[in-house]
Amino acid sequence: MADQAAKTEAPGETRRDFLYLATATVGAAGVAAALWPFIDSMNPAADIRALSSTEVDLAPVAVGQRITVKWQGKPIFIDHRPEDEIKRARDDDNADLRDPQKDADRVKKAEWLVMVGICTHLGCIPGGQKPTDPRGDWGGWFCPCHGSVYDTSGRIRKGPAPRNLAIPPYEFTADKMIKIG
Amino acid sequence: MPAPAAVPPPENAVVRWIEERLPIFGFVKHHLRDYPTPRNLNYLWNFGSIAGVMLVVMIVTGVLLAMQYTANVNMAFDSVERIMRDVNYGWLLRYLHMNGGSFFFIAVYIHLFRGLYYGSYKAPREILWWLGLIILLLMMATAFMGYVLPWGQMSYWAATVITNLFSAIPWVGDSIVTWLWGGFSVDNPTLNRFYALHYLLPFVIFAVVFVHLWALHTVKSNNPLGVEPKGKQDTIPFHPYYTAKDFFGFGMFFIVYLGVVFFAPNLFSEPDNYIQANPMVTPPHIVPEWYFLPYYAILRSIPDKLLGVIAMFGSILVLFVLPWLDRSPIKSGRFRPIFKQLFWLFVVDCVVLGWVGKNSPDAILRISDTVGVPFLVIGRIATAYYFGHLLVLLPLIAAIEKPKPLPDSISAASGGKG
Repeated sequence: MADQAAKTEAPGETRRDFLYLATATVGAAGVAAALWPFIDSMNPAADIRALSSTEVDLAPVAVGQRITVKWQGKPIFIDHRPEDEIKRARDDDNADLRDPQKDADRVKKAEWLVMVGICTHLGCIPGGQKPTDPRGDWGGWFCPCHGSVYDTSGRIRKGPAPRNLAIPPYEFTADKMIKIG
Repeated sequence: MPAPAAVPPPENAVVRWIEERLPIFGFVKHHLRDYPTPRNLNYLWNFGSIAGVMLVVMIVTGVLLAMQYTANVNMAFDSVERIMRDVNYGWLLRYLHMNGGSFFFIAVYIHLFRGLYYGSYKAPREILWWLGLIILLLMMATAFMGYVLPWGQMSYWAATVITNLFSAIPWVGDSIVTWLWGGFSVDNPTLNRFYALHYLLPFVIFAVVFVHLWALHTVKSNNPLGVEPKGKQDTIPFHPYYTAKDFFGFGMFFIVYLGVVFFAPNLFSEPDNYIQANPMVTPPHIVPEWYFLPYYAILRSIPDKLLGVIAMFGSILVLFVLPWLDRSPIKSGRFRPIFKQLFWLFVVDCVVLGWVGKNSPDAILRISDTVGVPFLVIGRIATAYYFGHLLVLLPLIAAIEKPKPLPDSISAASGGKG
């Protein structure tokens, strides 16, 4: 065994070198594994992960009215869209969109648009929920921070944002009642 | 630090006893008294030590503020107002700290542009230059996190926008942002960790400043001529000549700094930050602090999110390779006729970027009733010049420029015997 080792090993490359390398590798893996709890401690804690869902009664929301509700600390935009807003969104289904999506794929019922009201650029809340807010050239939402413009389907049309406003998981629990989350 | 040159043993027995065990007196004598400094430094060389003093002011006022501040989303805003109204001299501590941030940046930016003009980044000072840039990056992180602590509207939205910059990273971006937040939006865990880091980073800066000075004392100070000292006739001891001059500089700088603290304490701040953070409403016009405006303009001038973020960080990272972009062997701008003019154009460009950053993204500069230039266009031109200057013009000038003749030595230039 010792003879064989002496024969096969090139000069300067010994069994000891291998042992050093193996020890260092195991040590490095151990340090990396020990580091994970430190890094993961900064991720959302159990109380924050235990997210409640939010129920919203849509009955009081008039046609053309946009309301904001809070879910997971984030604003949710609910737009009771009038016919012309829906038509405007659907007419643009085949327009040159940055993040192509059909309006019908973004809603469960055409008159109710439910979205996370956070600009996909850098997280500002776009204006447009109040009738007095600037809504941009497509009549949807306009983000004041860096000038992203969204249409009446919440799709990105202009400005630096890369994606359409996100659709949260939600379902209709009754005709005029939704549960978000 | 390099071992101080051998000094004769101190006469005092106690001093000698200490010196034999820890050569601290020799160290101080070597670095603060005898340090051979070029005899021709002008007042622009004051700003390094001024920045150092501002760091100390920030740490002292910061530690005292930390004794009164509460890092909790429900209490942070009120605890700052309590500091302003109820804590003895709390208003003074807070205004010193708040404006101290701005004046720290003023000192550091003058220090940086002085280095740009006089070629202080060139061999053998490349590592000294890098350490300075690392300090700048650490300062930016510290200032940003400090700005979040009062939990006003600008604090909250600054935190949201800046942390969201990391969502531009492909694939893992969103996970990184969640990790930075410790939640699904900027909230209490975010405030707590920012407070912890805001307290930690100044001490990291302090350590890097020490290494910066170590590098400085190894390669020695540059000077307005950019000609290295050739002997004793070109230098003077740091003390008393530059200690006296530095203290005069502190006095002048503090007149302006304290003038703002006492007479215009909210000069640099946004009124919206006196409104408590509201995660449901973004203020119609959010802007960062003035010292971030040029980077903000660069970010906004690029229509693609990832490229915008890369350009913004790149605007500082590109400075790390400056010693290899500007290959001219002449250090000082004084002897470089083309470089000198473009340097001032670059300064103006940075100011223009700041001005664009201050304006709303869709604002238009009205030249007359009918003619207007969108700020976005101005921002794009200024961004193009920023990178064009550093990446294209500097290498080009170095190749074509015919420099003016250099003096033989520092003392020869001032009429002495070289």
